[in-house]
Amino acid sequence: MKFIYQTWWKVLAVVMIFYTLIAGLLLGVPRLEILHETIRNTYFHVPMWIAMFTVFTISVIYSIKYLQTGKEEYDLISVECVNTGMFFFVVGLITGMLWAKYTWGEYWSNDPKQNSAAIAFLLYCAYGVLRNSIDEEQKRGKISAIYNIFAFPVMVVLIMVLPRLTDSLHPGNGGNPAFGKLDMDNRMRVVLYPAFIAWALMGVWIATLRYRIRLIEFKKNAIN
Amino acid sequence: MKKLILLAAILFCFLAANAQNGQDVTMGDVMRSEGKIYVVVVTMVIVFAGLAIYLFSMDRRLKKIEKENNETKHLL
Repeated sequence: MKFIYQTWWKVLAVVMIFYTLIAGLLLGVPRLEILHETIRNTYFHVPMWIAMFTVFTISVIYSIKYLQTGKEEYDLISVECVNTGMFFFVVGLITGMLWAKYTWGEYWSNDPKQNSAAIAFLLYCAYGVLRNSIDEEQKRGKISAIYNIFAFPVMVVLIMVLPRLTDSLHPGNGGNPAFGKLDMDNRMRVVLYPAFIAWALMGVWIATLRYRIRLIEFKKNAIN
Repeated sequence: MKKLILLAAILFCFLAANAQNGQDVTMGDVMRSEGKIYVVVVTMVIVFAGLAIYLFSMDRRLKKIEKENNETKHLL
């Protein structure tokens, strides 16, 4: 756990995001119909989801650990990871909607990808409701940990699997080529992969800050 | 009086700057090339720099509080 108090990886994340901001707007990108310059959104829209997946994954790991050991700290980590993930979820949805307006024509066109992302969002909202509705600490920790462990794979299926089985406008779905060989070249990968790492670290950083605040509150309550 | 002179000086600067408009002067070249995209880049960098500084300062404050808490625990 010493890792979360260190500074080097936070600096790394910030430096890498600066790099993606500058290189992402100035380096060359493929010239494509419909997308035009909005192809650069890839550098900022997709990393939001990567950050979300990262913190949600950490949350599940700590939910499992909590169930194994019963240590309250693990429960706090898992909650704050979900809270941080929700932020990136919302930002990812909004940026996706804006991008959709100028490429698909509507903010919300009831596309399978959009709909199942919305359902997954509700799934995690239910987590918050469930958690806040239980007063007793251990019960709350256990039930929300179990819910979290089941919610995570459902969310992955909803966002990553189901839209791929049907027709969707979103790249990578239903016979629609992903940002693969056709519309992405190595110029973009040079920016995109650092952006993934940087925003994942950023998400972890925010989650650790929230966890540390929560831990102080928790200890204070325990003493009183 | 001083204020008036200052005002006059500022006005004069403005006029002088305005007078240049007719000529085809290109300056601050990097910031104006390629559809002024560099301006957007700098704006985004400033916004993110602010956010990063904000996060780092939160981190530092937390570290301070954590240290204090550990000290009090040690004293108890």
